[in-house]
Amino acid sequence: MAIDKHQTPMLDQLEDGPWPSFISGIKRLRDEHGDGRINEITNDLLGQLEHSYETRKGYWKGGTVSVYGYGGGIIPRFSEVSQAFPKSKEFHTLRVQPPAGNHYTTGMLRQLADSWEKHGSGLVTFHGQTGNIMFIGADTKATQHFFDEINDYGWDLGGAGPCVRTAMSCVGAARCEMSCTNELKAHRMLVNNFTDDVHRPALPYKFKFKVSGCANDCQNAIERSDFAVLGTWRDDMKVDQEEVKAYVKAKGRQYIIDNVITRCPTQALSLNDDDTLNVNNRDCVRCMHCLNVMPKALHPGDDKGVTILIGGKRTLKIGDLMGTVIVPFKKLETEEDYEEMVELAENIIDFWAENGLEHERCGEMIERIGLANFLDGVGVDADPNMLAHPRESSYVRLDGWDEAAEEWFEKQAEKAAG
Amino acid sequence: MAKDMREPIESGCPDPWQYMHPVMRKNFGQWKWHDHPRPGVLRHVAYSGDEVWTVKAGTQRILDVFTLRKLCDIGDQYADGYVHFTLRSNIEYMVTEESRVQPLIDALEDAGFIVGGTQNSVTMISHTQGWLHCDIPGTDASGVVKAMMDELIDEFRNANMPNRVHITTSCCQINCGGQGDIAINVQHTKPPKINHDLVANVCERPSVVARCPVAAIRPAMVNGKPSLEVDERKCICCGACYPPCPPMQINDAEHTKLAIWVGGNHSNARGKPTFQKLVAAGIPNNPPRWPEATAIVKRILKAYKEGARDWERINEWIERIGWPRFFEEVELPFTKYHIDTWRGARASFNSSSYIRF
Repeated sequence: MAIDKHQTPMLDQLEDGPWPSFISGIKRLRDEHGDGRINEITNDLLGQLEHSYETRKGYWKGGTVSVYGYGGGIIPRFSEVSQAFPKSKEFHTLRVQPPAGNHYTTGMLRQLADSWEKHGSGLVTFHGQTGNIMFIGADTKATQHFFDEINDYGWDLGGAGPCVRTAMSCVGAARCEMSCTNELKAHRMLVNNFTDDVHRPALPYKFKFKVSGCANDCQNAIERSDFAVLGTWRDDMKVDQEEVKAYVKAKGRQYIIDNVITRCPTQALSLNDDDTLNVNNRDCVRCMHCLNVMPKALHPGDDKGVTILIGGKRTLKIGDLMGTVIVPFKKLETEEDYEEMVELAENIIDFWAENGLEHERCGEMIERIGLANFLDGVGVDADPNMLAHPRESSYVRLDGWDEAAEEWFEKQAEKAAG
Repeated sequence: MAKDMREPIESGCPDPWQYMHPVMRKNFGQWKWHDHPRPGVLRHVAYSGDEVWTVKAGTQRILDVFTLRKLCDIGDQYADGYVHFTLRSNIEYMVTEESRVQPLIDALEDAGFIVGGTQNSVTMISHTQGWLHCDIPGTDASGVVKAMMDELIDEFRNANMPNRVHITTSCCQINCGGQGDIAINVQHTKPPKINHDLVANVCERPSVVARCPVAAIRPAMVNGKPSLEVDERKCICCGACYPPCPPMQINDAEHTKLAIWVGGNHSNARGKPTFQKLVAAGIPNNPPRWPEATAIVKRILKAYKEGARDWERINEWIERIGWPRFFEEVELPFTKYHIDTWRGARASFNSSSYIRF
């Protein structure tokens, strides 16, 4: 059946050039797909998009759509120009949680593609900015059918709205020698403890978990998540001196001095006269730079764990915030270790759910009430690792100082006693 | 009807173990080192002696099922049927022998995908939904990125920048694209235009008032109807009121502009993570190919490539050469609008005698 194709002179210009074109892809669905429904949807989608390009305006509005039993997970989109483009009138996105670390078999991708073209537009993205698989373009009825089908073989919706969102983790231990933790396990333990909070939005605003296996933070966890887990280690980094010598020989002394030794943020490195490396592990902050430059010679130590930072977020409303260290180091080896981390997440989310204002991210609440009050609220002791430096302002009441100091010494003694 | 009322299985995030390449499963947590034999290819070697060769390719990100199946065909024929997606939507194939790398690269390139994006390259621009699917976008996302990647393709294919470059785009000031070494973001320049006939029915007015970062919105009766009004002297044109209240239209064909920010760096390597800084604004939002924005990005990349030392990210390079020289080298104007006015702004002022000559 021939369809009346919209003219798209502006979008056509995005078919030129060497980078793969999403416009050519949408046109393939319009022109070559065997299902007339998909031809019509994508034709009208192209028509509306061309209209946006011409007028420099968007024409989708939100609404309320979810699947039976859930309150979120779908980004509803209704066209404001549906009279001109009726077939893509309802064009919702289903956010589906990816496997931790974004691993797929081609067999599973094909199965998802088969289900999706049965019910949706045939357009999909791996992955959106929160980390979901984005199945883009289904009408209200089809969202339920598609979800029922893929939910039966292991896929669940992610978060949308004021809720715990889909989490993200790096490839980590699966393929990276920098990995200091089991990212996949931390990711799934955390987010799957909160499935109810993922599916039924009832929090002040969004809450994101991200896990990076080392301080390179490939998941942007510190900048983009409310609960950032970064792998680290606390014993000495491993140095293979023969490999260090091999780097010096291959690259030259000056290169190693200019690119490794002097680039250390805490001046913890020096190159010995015999071309071996000296590391002051007590000054080292585990920034990862020297390991990145010399991955054959330098490795994380054996006493691995994670640092947890709370409160990272983007601009809205009070401006960008990075996460703040709340747990300087935590072992993640036994089941109890993981459960303790999940419990911390529960305490934080509970405290924020009670004390956060509407549309206030966790980091913004901390900014409003103060870090010390937040620590009190979630039952975590203050630690100098939480700060870049102590307070600079003398405008503070200190009449509880003596007790706080005594408490500090008691806790230090307890720690020393083990 | 009973079928429609199917109870969901709340399985959450799936276990990736079943989808992971067998050599990655076998050597989980036991990798020893990696190298970068050529752009687009990584070799990881495990303590067991096993190797995994990863080939990374850029795609259009908005995938149609034909393209997705093509990617699967390549994975079945030239790799082992396992793939991994990176944070920036690149696809990665894993093979265990070097001899299979070149045929895989050839197959990807023959099919029109771009092999590269590893280490010190300009990798795929991370982007948001834009006019294709977002409800509040000031511009498109996929189109901006397609047009820009057409011009930056050599920087994607050839890893010859001082360090990796992460570029992001965002279609509104909420900035879902996040922090980047270079960020191309929408910047509105005029307050919202309010359709007072619709506000009372569409918007929950107290939450709209609460959403404004500068308390510029207040309830008001307009033409006898309950509505909202904006103190335009206070308004910072951020558009935060528009999502909860679509009758407060912030997008404007002429006055919605693009701005470019630099120096966002998520990594802790060599220095603590940094946020991006505004360098250029007033750039026309000019579909379908946004040439003005691309031209500035290319100038920044050129200056960075020529001026930065190995391993310096854009923020570190600028930190070393200083902002005056940065503006000089990229031929961008410095204006009073570069001076921060938000809370904490004082920390961005130079309170020292450090001046470069």
